[in-house]
Amino acid sequence: MKEMIQKAFDRTRLQREIWDKTMVAVLFLCALGVLFILFNILWHLIVEGISSLNFDFFIHLPKAVGEKGGGMANAIWGTLILLVLAVCVGVPIGLGTGVYLSEYAHYRFAYVVRFMTDVMNGIPSIVFGIFAYTVCVLPMKTFSALSGGFALGLMMIPMITRTSEQFVKMVPGQLREAGLALGIPQWRVILDVILPSAIGGIMTGVMVALARVAGETAPLLFTAFGNRYFSHSLTQPIAALPLQVFDYAISPFDDWHRQAWAGAVVLIVMVFLINIWAQYFVSSRKRWSTGK
Amino acid sequence: MSRHDTSDLIFRRTLAVFPISILILVAGILFQLVYSSLPSLSKFGLGFLLNSTWDPVAENFGALPFIFGTCVTSFVALLLAVPIGVGVAIYLAEYAPPQVARVVSLLVDLLAAIPSVIYGLWGIFVLVPYMRNTLQPFLGKYFGFLPFFQGPNYGVGILAASIMLAIIIIPFIISVSREVILAVPQVYKESAYALGATRWEAMSNIVLSHGKVGILGAVILALGRAIGEVMAVTMIIGNNVVITPSLFSPGYTLASVIANEFAEADSNLYLSALIEIGLVLFLVSIIVNILARILIWSVTKGNSAEGVR
Repeated sequence: MKEMIQKAFDRTRLQREIWDKTMVAVLFLCALGVLFILFNILWHLIVEGISSLNFDFFIHLPKAVGEKGGGMANAIWGTLILLVLAVCVGVPIGLGTGVYLSEYAHYRFAYVVRFMTDVMNGIPSIVFGIFAYTVCVLPMKTFSALSGGFALGLMMIPMITRTSEQFVKMVPGQLREAGLALGIPQWRVILDVILPSAIGGIMTGVMVALARVAGETAPLLFTAFGNRYFSHSLTQPIAALPLQVFDYAISPFDDWHRQAWAGAVVLIVMVFLINIWAQYFVSSRKRWSTGK
Repeated sequence: MSRHDTSDLIFRRTLAVFPISILILVAGILFQLVYSSLPSLSKFGLGFLLNSTWDPVAENFGALPFIFGTCVTSFVALLLAVPIGVGVAIYLAEYAPPQVARVVSLLVDLLAAIPSVIYGLWGIFVLVPYMRNTLQPFLGKYFGFLPFFQGPNYGVGILAASIMLAIIIIPFIISVSREVILAVPQVYKESAYALGATRWEAMSNIVLSHGKVGILGAVILALGRAIGEVMAVTMIIGNNVVITPSLFSPGYTLASVIANEFAEADSNLYLSALIEIGLVLFLVSIIVNILARILIWSVTKGNSAEGVR
């Protein structure tokens, strides 16, 4: 503090103003630099990706190695399957934990569980891949859609837990008390009053978690593994869009690079759409709470 | 009444299965990692972390080159990302007009939502050629006397991966530091202005010193992201088992060696060595995250840590 005042006295007002303006300019340039990178990425996605996108991309299987043409229909399909599986794993555990923490949990137990979900949130995605490999792939002796969906589902749990706990807690206490005053058991109040009130926020949490895992590649490398054909069996290796983008990007073929960009555009549009969809649920929840 | 109590009890017990399953899961992950890396743990012991050989053919495994690669890339990434990220956060919290701040924050969130495989794709086709043709020749020409900027110029390598990591963690640093800065009480700044401080003086002396613990938390959280980042790094670091001071040289990180070699590991020992690397990654990221959360919590009183993915 002393030094600061001393420094201020040593300089004239004008010097200090100039220093102030210079720093603002530097900070502004930082912001500009970050935006430049974002727009550079989007620009390349648009230029390289959209020009390579065509109808074939959505309906055709990949061609044989090195051959031109083909698409990623199997990868888009595979990603959808994996996301459905992830939801089946992530939503029940995440939602159940969130509701339990907010409605029932003893504070010390709640603290431990919250801490563990935070820990889970910080675990690198590839570690979930290893875990799914040891508990699914090794016993089943094959890479499979199930193990990939399991790994993605685990990654969704911490995010869903947090948001559902938050939104269940936000339901006004009067609603709870009104239900209980009617003689309804607490569990019916939770299922019939509280959950329907909080559903908008919970859905948003689920969608945001889904958008995050939709682009994950690392946990799928040795669980879903990838597949050059359509796969409808959950116990077989399955293709996924991020995996295919990765494979094509590091391949030596120009046509595959082109398709990697196209896949990247489809992937990012998918992620952004899910995020926007998530915002829709938040706004519908707001309508509910202001409408009362 | 008692009928309600029984049904409530059943519901409560059933619901308790879910939080307990989370506890079992985390414990299970730790157990599986330790159990599956037992062959490597018992063969190499602690020397695993200090051995710089990685030879799958002779089955001699050491993690030192990967630990080195992860440390160097994360450190350089933080060196680049922290000043820029905190700078943007200050700009958004203090200087930018509200509409601009809102739009820029939205765009920063967009940057955070880009999947890492797309960063990697951009890295291969945009960043690496730029490194090869422009930045690395420039650094080599003017700063070539430093050991960091010597050696052959491939484009791919530790420096490219570090810059990639910096780009990936900047959005996290921005959003967390912005919250920390906004959490500094308005009164403090106003009293500084009342004493005749310029905005920058108020910012650097009052706000930043008040929020430095929280910003440190943000930095450590970003470090956790950098350590655990897989795809973007794997795609442009060059995958070369080496320990060298040169940033131009291709390298390897903990996460990327798992990504690259796991599916082709043919022997039991090879696989368990890779899983042991996963165990190292798991433990380090848990420590880093706990540290970061304690720091951020101490500043924002638990309000904002959940805003962070």
